[in-house]
Amino acid sequence: MNTLLIAEHNNETLADATVKAVTAAAQMGGECHVLVAGSGCAAVADAAAKLDGVAKVLLADDAQYEKQLAEPMAALVVSMADGYATIASPASTNGKNFMPRIAALLDCSQISDITAVIDANTFERPIYAGNAIQTVKVNEAKKTVTIRATAFQAAGDGGSAGVEAVGAADNPGLSEFVNEELTKSDRPELTSAKVVVSGGRGMQSGENFPMLEKVADKLGAAVGASRAAVDAGFVPNDYQVGQTGKVVAPELYIAVGISGAIQHLAGMKDSKVIVAINKDEEAPIFQVADYGLVADLFTAVPELEEELGKAGL
Amino acid sequence: MKILVPVKRVVDYNVKIRVKPDQTGVDLANVKMSMNPFCEIAVEEAVRLQEAGTATEIIVVSVGPAQAQETIRTALAMGADRGILVKTDDELEPLGIAKVLKAVVEAESPDLVILGKQAIDGDNNQTGQMLSALLGWSQGTFASELGIDGDKINVTREIDGGLQSVKLAMPAIITTDLRLNEPRYASLPNIMKAKKKPIDEKELAEYGVDAAPRLEIVKVAEPAEREAGVKVETVGELVDKLKNEAGVL
Repeated sequence: MNTLLIAEHNNETLADATVKAVTAAAQMGGECHVLVAGSGCAAVADAAAKLDGVAKVLLADDAQYEKQLAEPMAALVVSMADGYATIASPASTNGKNFMPRIAALLDCSQISDITAVIDANTFERPIYAGNAIQTVKVNEAKKTVTIRATAFQAAGDGGSAGVEAVGAADNPGLSEFVNEELTKSDRPELTSAKVVVSGGRGMQSGENFPMLEKVADKLGAAVGASRAAVDAGFVPNDYQVGQTGKVVAPELYIAVGISGAIQHLAGMKDSKVIVAINKDEEAPIFQVADYGLVADLFTAVPELEEELGKAGL
Repeated sequence: MKILVPVKRVVDYNVKIRVKPDQTGVDLANVKMSMNPFCEIAVEEAVRLQEAGTATEIIVVSVGPAQAQETIRTALAMGADRGILVKTDDELEPLGIAKVLKAVVEAESPDLVILGKQAIDGDNNQTGQMLSALLGWSQGTFASELGIDGDKINVTREIDGGLQSVKLAMPAIITTDLRLNEPRYASLPNIMKAKKKPIDEKELAEYGVDAAPRLEIVKVAEPAEREAGVKVETVGELVDKLKNEAGVL
């Protein structure tokens, strides 16, 4: 039985999360078909068709799918769900929004945020903010799955699948897009950045974040924050790394003035190399850090910027 | 306007949980339990809508063991008017809970259901969306701001990369994100008053809903431990190690 993977994209480019989710979907047995639902998004479908492991791309190009609102998306996917054992998507805010709606309409269970595929029906997923890993098995003919993209490698781009157009479904007409405010930044997106520099309560104020940004710019890094820093109003919510924010797994994670609460660790402990800079040598962040520096961040961070410069960055 | 707020009793968010040695689940014996933090935000939002004169009645419902009554009392002390406890000792899955809540919605006919976006135990993030689907209602998930506008509701949603605003037909399902509000602490007089507010106790069987668990939990294990590394003395040493030892620069 085949898997239908719903692509995450912005109508122009295919999100990195989708490229990684294809790797997970390909492990679920059968063919992997990718659904690109959006408006004016043919280029996205072409990009999906090039991914290794994709057998077919289905393109639903219609104005009602431009913002992937849950009500029309669920109606579309349910209309084409026959023949699929698994309906999957990245665990992005879009996927988290529409996937459980699809599951309930199909009267099937959803496995959220999987981090490993054991077999076509068995998956690993974190519970309790990653403090436990649950292995769960579905014994029914249909299921929906959301995929934590950072847990999977990106699929290669040597494929050449065909693209088929699919018709729009009736729009339930319950919701209407009004507008969106996306944070504008020249830095990479948090969840796909190779390096992340995050600040915590120790930063003391939002006015001190430019200090981290300078280091981030040297490293080509994204800037993140702990929930404490977000709650204190230093930076916007979409900076938040943790159980209730974004989950990241970069090559290098630099935690500055972050104590290391369980909820923060849940969002970054799968990073390859973790650096902690904190003046409290008892801070729990040091228990997960590969390199710890006990120092006042207000002297250490400018010094780090300088040393990186000397190292040719 | 009538508002229904489903709440869940979970392990307190400050507790460091332990996995049972036989890997059948998480050890909940003698562990402090509290209302799920996202549910607290949902209760707070309903109370604010009542204080603003928009809501006329707030009903709190919990599906769970007898002790979930304490969670409902907490919501009543925050300002909700009455409670419903649907008793079950089974650990229901999100779809099962959504089916029970659908039956409660049909009995109570609220205009708005406000829920937490996820519970911090199972981290599923499913129940609100499933309830919305079963009812054929609109859904405003991960809300950071709400505004009632006649027979519509404007919802600002936290999405990857920023904020999105949608206008939804009512009745609607709203799920709360962290920044919707900061929940109040119940005052002592309100805690005393809450003891007199009614809680209707129901058995799950009374709703005639098939909410039996459908998934097989193969095991629950500890996550792979991350070993603590080394302390460096200077920033220079740090940069050197990142470059020459870890090879990440």
